[in-house]
Amino acid sequence: MSDRLPGFSTLAVHAGAQPDPTTGARATPIYQTTSFVFNDADHAASLFGLQAFGNIYTRIGNPTNAVLEERVAALEGGTAALAVASGHAAQVVVLQQLLQPGDEFIAARKLYGGSINQFAHAFKSFGWNVVWADPDDVASFERAVTPRTKAIFIESIANPAGSITDIEAISTVARKAGMPLIVDNTLASPYLIRPIDHGADIVVHSLTKFLGGHGNSLGGIIVDAGTFDWSTGGKYPMLSEPRPEYHGIRLQETFGNFAFAIACRVLGLRDLGPALSPFNAFMILTGIETLPLRMQKHCDNAKAVAEFLAGHSAVSAVNYAGLASDKYNQLARKYAPKGAGAVFTFSLKGGYDAGVNLVSKLQLFSHLANVGDTRSLVIHPASTTHSQLDDAAKIKSGAGPDVVRLSVGIEDKEDLIADLEQALST
Amino acid sequence: MNHDAYPDNYIRSILNSVKSIAMVGASPVNVRPSYFAFKYLAQRGYDMIPVNPGHVGKDLLGKPFVASLRDIGRPVDMIDIFRNSSHIMPIVDEALALDPLPKVIWMQLGARDDAAAEKAEAAGIKVVMNRCPKIEYGRLSSEISWMGVNSRTLSSKRPPAPTQGMRLSLNRMSVGGGETAASDRAAKNKSEQS
Ligand SMILES: Cc1ncc(COP(=O)(O)O)c(C=O)c1O
Repeated sequence: MSDRLPGFSTLAVHAGAQPDPTTGARATPIYQTTSFVFNDADHAASLFGLQAFGNIYTRIGNPTNAVLEERVAALEGGTAALAVASGHAAQVVVLQQLLQPGDEFIAARKLYGGSINQFAHAFKSFGWNVVWADPDDVASFERAVTPRTKAIFIESIANPAGSITDIEAISTVARKAGMPLIVDNTLASPYLIRPIDHGADIVVHSLTKFLGGHGNSLGGIIVDAGTFDWSTGGKYPMLSEPRPEYHGIRLQETFGNFAFAIACRVLGLRDLGPALSPFNAFMILTGIETLPLRMQKHCDNAKAVAEFLAGHSAVSAVNYAGLASDKYNQLARKYAPKGAGAVFTFSLKGGYDAGVNLVSKLQLFSHLANVGDTRSLVIHPASTTHSQLDDAAKIKSGAGPDVVRLSVGIEDKEDLIADLEQALST
Repeated sequence: MNHDAYPDNYIRSILNSVKSIAMVGASPVNVRPSYFAFKYLAQRGYDMIPVNPGHVGKDLLGKPFVASLRDIGRPVDMIDIFRNSSHIMPIVDEALALDPLPKVIWMQLGARDDAAAEKAEAAGIKVVMNRCPKIEYGRLSSEISWMGVNSRTLSSKRPPAPTQGMRLSLNRMSVGGGETAASDRAAKNKSEQS
């Protein structure tokens, strides 16, 4: 036994997992069961009352999912985590713990389009009001704070254009205003950026993307940094006040620096219900074991592809923070020195028609609405995900008619470049 | 001792060596954290003594309440204080008057009194502040991993199949696990502010 701290790749393989005590199985078993037998009535009561550690029902927790949770918590440097059915489910569960009807949260304007929809429309019907701020203008977050603001939400590397957010600067705003900073770290993964090291209080992921990494399983996760004091001022009653659902337990007082993750489990997941299938948890766990290798290759390939595109005569602009000339290169060097991720956009001189033509000519890149697969992916937002917006709104959200988004995979970069070359020249 | 971040081996050696624990502020109300911790530690084989002057004459899970540390009438290895920071000093003074002295004074999650800790440490007593022994036991045994908590331990060894009420091994660490430095820093900043 030593005090040596293991490295990231060791945690990616080992954290949370141990040989199965009953069978000796070394890979994490898939506990494909809905429920778990109690030892006796007292044990059942202890588990339901949150007095004992253990399993009850897979909507509240599952041993395969628990390995995934501890693994991601360790990789992010958090105190605990909760896995849920999708990235979107993670966002609902997090905000349900923080907002009451009529409350506000501030969100960066540059977000995954699905998150913009969720915040602007679905959450509005819950009475949770989003106030948008510009991630390139930190003061816009400060100006957006009101007495009803309960949280700030940003993406570390923002979808779709791969821009880098100044997490530390925005965390300072959050701390001053006495509210938690939530960072969606999906596009970076903890291999590239650990937002908790830069002041995040809560990290969320769509595990569907780089963490799972193989385009085969949906999932989401919430990581508690254990940094926020929920007890002050009665601002976060889900954590600080006696909970009637649990006979008057106060979660912060009982669970200390992982109370937020417990709240998400016992008040969010239990009651809203978006549980992750243990089979998906197993697939995602297997993916995470190779995260460091994949993520490096994704980034190296993305940089090579971005450089190729930047030099191509049919291309008018490339937005990749890994390019020295990019607006976000300074921030990329600070926050993501190993690589600026693998999702970025570029613009075609030929406009809308050239975009449609490109996606139809590509042979290796798959035309679909996802990112973070081993395979290279392409989408023309203006004719797909953003087609419902008018041109002005398309341009504002970084999805103008001439814009194409890539998610660069882990194939041989020469093949990816050759594919783009043939598609751009026909 | 640096009370902002304890090495696992420090906590491990305490939980491996103490046998009897007097819990000051133990509550018979089954949603209070002290009740949770009392019950869990009793199930893991510790000899638990509930101390609470408001409940003398009653018992907690079969153990009779005593009014104060003085009234225990036998040596105890560890005092676990379930009181606010402002009530710590008199209890530590009382513990320092015991003969023999306890080996460990433990202050619960949220409780911290650096002056009291210094006094106890000067008398050769080990001190832990702002931690829960149930959580630490669950963490070092990795039992707490069922709740998605970062146990900060790793092991490639096959653990024994668990049986009801068994004492769990706290020595499963082959190397340290993931750290939670940000949380430790936040706790330190909070204690410096107050
Ligand atoms: C940055 C980001 N956050 C959240 C999500 C939503 O995740 P899911 O599709 O798993 O619900 C996505 C999906 O594309 C994403 O790219």
